[in-house]
Amino acid sequence: MATKLKSVDAVLVGFGWTASILAKELTDAGLQVLAIERGKFRDTVPDFATTHIQDELKYAVRHGLFEEPARETLTFRNSLDQEALPMRHLGSFNPASGVGGAGIHWNGQNWRFLPTDFKIRSHTEARYGKNFIPADMTIQDWGVTYDDLEPYYDKFEYLCGISGQAGNVQGKIQPGGNPFEGPRARAYPLPPLKRSYATVLFDKAAKDLGLKPFPCAAANTSQPYKNPYGVQMGQCTYCGFCEWFACGNYSKSSPQTTILPALLPKDNFSYRTLCDVTRVNLDSTGKRATGVTYVDVQGREFEQPADLVVLCAFAQHNVHLLLLSGIGKPYDPRTNQGVTGRNYAYQITSSVNVFLKENMNPFMGAGALGQAVDEFNGDNFDHGPLGFIGGGYIALWTTGGRPILQQHGAPKGTAKWGGGWKKSMHENYLKSVSVATHGSVMSYRGSYLDLDPTYRDVYGNPLLRLTFDFHDNEYKMSKFETDKAALIAKAMNPQSIKINYREGHYSILPYETTHNTGGAAMGADPKTSVVNRYLQSWDVSNVFVMGSSVFPQNPGYNPTGTVGALAYWAADAIKTKYLKNPGPLVQA
Amino acid sequence: MHALKLACGLAGLLGLSIANAIPAGAQGTTYTTIERGRDLVNAGDCASCHTDEGGKPYAGGLAVPTPFGTIYSTNITPDPATGIGKWSEQEFYRAMHDGIRRDGKHLYPAFPYPWFTKVSREDVRAIKAFLDTLTPVRQENKPTELSWPLNVREVMTGWNELYFHEGAFKADPKKSEQWNRGAYLVEGLGHCGACHTATNVLGASKTGEKLKGGDFGEHWYAPSLTSGLRDGLGQWSSAEIVEYLKTGANAKSAAAGPMAEVVKNSTQYLSDADLNAVAAYLKDSPVEKDKATTKPAAVDKQALSRGEALYFDNCTGCHMENGEGLAHAFPPLKGSSAVQAENSDTVVHVVLAGAKMAATPGKLAGFAMPAFDWKLNDTEVADLVNYIRNAWGNHAPLTSADAVSKVRKGIEHAGG
Amino acid sequence: MSKNTRRDILRTTAGAGSVAIASWFGPQARAAEGDSVAAHSVAGRTLSYFTVPEFAFIETAVSRLIPADELGPGAKEAGVAFFIDEQLAGPFGRAETWYMQGPWKEGTPEQGYQLKLTPAQLYRVGIQGIDDYCRRMFNKKTFAELDAGDQDKLLHSLEKGEIELVGAPAKEFFAMLWQNTNEGFFADPIYGGNRDFAGWKLIGFPGPRYNYVNEIEQYGKPYTLPTVGLMGRNASTRRG
Repeated sequence: MATKLKSVDAVLVGFGWTASILAKELTDAGLQVLAIERGKFRDTVPDFATTHIQDELKYAVRHGLFEEPARETLTFRNSLDQEALPMRHLGSFNPASGVGGAGIHWNGQNWRFLPTDFKIRSHTEARYGKNFIPADMTIQDWGVTYDDLEPYYDKFEYLCGISGQAGNVQGKIQPGGNPFEGPRARAYPLPPLKRSYATVLFDKAAKDLGLKPFPCAAANTSQPYKNPYGVQMGQCTYCGFCEWFACGNYSKSSPQTTILPALLPKDNFSYRTLCDVTRVNLDSTGKRATGVTYVDVQGREFEQPADLVVLCAFAQHNVHLLLLSGIGKPYDPRTNQGVTGRNYAYQITSSVNVFLKENMNPFMGAGALGQAVDEFNGDNFDHGPLGFIGGGYIALWTTGGRPILQQHGAPKGTAKWGGGWKKSMHENYLKSVSVATHGSVMSYRGSYLDLDPTYRDVYGNPLLRLTFDFHDNEYKMSKFETDKAALIAKAMNPQSIKINYREGHYSILPYETTHNTGGAAMGADPKTSVVNRYLQSWDVSNVFVMGSSVFPQNPGYNPTGTVGALAYWAADAIKTKYLKNPGPLVQA
Repeated sequence: MHALKLACGLAGLLGLSIANAIPAGAQGTTYTTIERGRDLVNAGDCASCHTDEGGKPYAGGLAVPTPFGTIYSTNITPDPATGIGKWSEQEFYRAMHDGIRRDGKHLYPAFPYPWFTKVSREDVRAIKAFLDTLTPVRQENKPTELSWPLNVREVMTGWNELYFHEGAFKADPKKSEQWNRGAYLVEGLGHCGACHTATNVLGASKTGEKLKGGDFGEHWYAPSLTSGLRDGLGQWSSAEIVEYLKTGANAKSAAAGPMAEVVKNSTQYLSDADLNAVAAYLKDSPVEKDKATTKPAAVDKQALSRGEALYFDNCTGCHMENGEGLAHAFPPLKGSSAVQAENSDTVVHVVLAGAKMAATPGKLAGFAMPAFDWKLNDTEVADLVNYIRNAWGNHAPLTSADAVSKVRKGIEHAGG
Repeated sequence: MSKNTRRDILRTTAGAGSVAIASWFGPQARAAEGDSVAAHSVAGRTLSYFTVPEFAFIETAVSRLIPADELGPGAKEAGVAFFIDEQLAGPFGRAETWYMQGPWKEGTPEQGYQLKLTPAQLYRVGIQGIDDYCRRMFNKKTFAELDAGDQDKLLHSLEKGEIELVGAPAKEFFAMLWQNTNEGFFADPIYGGNRDFAGWKLIGFPGPRYNYVNEIEQYGKPYTLPTVGLMGRNASTRRG
């Protein structure tokens, strides 16, 4: 029997990036806001202290900062004709648990999507014709444009203290930046990070090939920085323990380092930890949420009433909650009907190992210290003769040289273990780097999320079921990207290279990216989207959904920059439109 | 308004007229007086002692360790039974000015009446007016844990005879109004000397040692506030002093431990005018020869080299390779007066237990330094501390593994 | 809070092995796993999980996976067998954070680990299976008693899944063994392996350091500060 609690104005499910942004914005507008987080409270000291955080076994290998599948996981299959089985331990992606969410253990690679990304269907049809898009590819326009989001990208970048070189300021192309990016109002708040040797070599090689490389935008501060909330950050010291670890000297942008010091002292904000939200409760009409139900660490159930419910959990967890709560018609791939769970996508990556002649000191690095070219992303190039849609950036990242998991492979023909392997490690560790491709994944009828018929979580709820594989379009695009990456790698004058094409089915092991998207797609049409352009549920107007769950397909960039921008965009819509007149913001 | 009714009621009971109970010329307990009282209570940092950890505000009960045993702070909420709700304004003034409580017994100078004696009658009145507005809390005062004969309060008569100089602040006509305001605050409500002045065996301030540094207890050393160039404020500008008190840090130093509490509970609330006055007063102390050795301490080269290795392995992530820290973020060790304080206790304490900067509206982030006690043994801590106190042009007396061990035990004992 | 229990009755579909598994991992086996019997000690160090014969297998196997040679110590000298022993006695060995609820089905390679066995159980069953195989094929000798050439051949066969083991899939066992060997060779010495920074010195990794602000732009220049671990430059220091 759930204990009913005192109502709040807004309840947020989760307490990571999007919840921190929404909480700050909504409490500034005077609302009483409560965030409910399933993990524990964490702060730089003691949880991420420099004294212990650089422990590769504990954090990277044994997943010290991540969610535990024992408590909640999903089931996975490549296609409808298979039976989905549980992801029994983490592999392909690493969601978080705890205050700060994945915002504390990301690398800090921060991008904006291209203007054409937001209009991918209409743009592709206009340029290449309707028939260019395969029949089972369910890509759709986002319902917002790049121009809509530009001021919010800016807001997130200045919140974080992004270190970068602008490429296009108000339409004027800037030397040294990404010439393909959408126009931005102003430069990044901080200059780029220092360049490692490998990024300098990549830069030269790319230029020799006629490409336009640029330093990747980093949520690792290149200088001490005080953000518009008045929160001070430190400066990155290139310690090489960024992703899957947390920052010990306040130089990686996270909720803890950018928002919480301004949010936590506020009287109208509170949070609960070690509490798992299991349902969004709806009234008898099913069109209005009354609040959420959660279970605390002792197994007691509580009902938390609220006027506004915002789902701020990690990507697929939001979709899981929508399905369990009956918000939006569940998607059925056989009929192509329904919306919740539809258009799940991911990222397709590949790499080229580069074995150089000189000392690269790979252990000196930062999570977003990289040099990239964007010629082959989005629709920056002519796809006509190529026969695929999408693209990605090609980058050389020097994020660290952690000995267990960041071995950059061995040259072709090296033994996998034994004396030969040992010799290769000895000879190549200091001299090897990788050129990576980071490609888009389109949406398909067969790539979706629903509830598993067999397996349950600790609360007896059905696990989320993921059905997903790469398609011909993605393999083709990825091969194209990888070949380009190999060209750049060769131009770096190495001893040898080893090309690792993305081949075979998508596997739940090993690690690829934590860029899970979709399942709660945003759009202009309620028949093909779960939320409208303001991230408001079409069905339940006092429920908003944050995060990459709303991406209708996934462009060729890391998602967090856009996740942050959309959160600010939605917060603005809530503050300036919804609160004045609660109800649907867009007429269906 | 509640206080006024109470005062009238009492006055009636005792046959006093209202006119006697409230001096002529006062406007009564107006809103402005209460607000002024609140500012003065902030300046006096009453909350830091009179609020227990996790306790109700101003209800007392905080254990104040002294070299003579533990004294517990008292309940100064207006509760009539267990707080000062029954105290008249006159009785309250007697406590602040003379160190004598309502029943006529002496207060111990753990309550810094030797400093509060300087506070004007009018200011004390405003303080009482503010205290009278607090939520009354029913909480009995704990008896002191002092050994005989100190637990006999009459003993304080002798102590006061020797060491207590009763009297309200007298402005120095040769000095500016700002200087006098600063002196009034520092020597009075601010009671800075209660920590920052060395004490004799009887716990009284040593003559001639005013504000030259003192032992706070619990292995925290309050550094010199005089103009020493190396271990005092000699190289701090007035603006830097103001920034430190207002926000908890400046380019040269960050408040840690008890001083971070002072910033959080007290100095961050002072007006800019008052902060500038404090700075003006402190900066006016004569520049003296460094108390710390002016010649470099004879530091064992091998020990220094061990310390340097430890510094590079443990400290450079924030304090950087050159000891300069990071502007606006991590305080410098090079040239730091706090690091070069004559007594190394604070430095050792911070290395062992870590420290957290005060989070104030001016500096929200509240950066923290982690604890190293589990990582470094006593010899390593001593080597490291000696290195940072004597590298980059720093000079300060050496510490030892034994001294570190004492601090470590003291911190563990305190559960810190 | 998890409702999973090793007393799940549902069995694997691993054919002949399933009976062996059920009898291994009934109530007696729960007691055996994680037991630290006083007799389990090697070279003066108490073993946390392995029996002495199991440890002999592991130490031999890791010494072939990463052998000692002119480049420096191998996995055995670096204490990797002790590392694995400790790991299996802890939360990793018990699959504490893993989803270990049934039903248990054999999946596709893309669906990852679907064994009902925890890592600790996988090792126990795998070692038993391999030693049984060796006794059959090599005239009653255990793996540790074979010559190095035969040991290497056997490891290659296991890696490719060419040997049918009773109770555990060879490929899975080898994959985990190699993964843990790698971990033990390169993890911080506080976990029992990488003794004297053997792994880090082999490759040139200087250990956990927090400031390369000046050094990162000194292109090509070797880093010269001594190797350091979480507990300092003295690699044999253990935590706690």
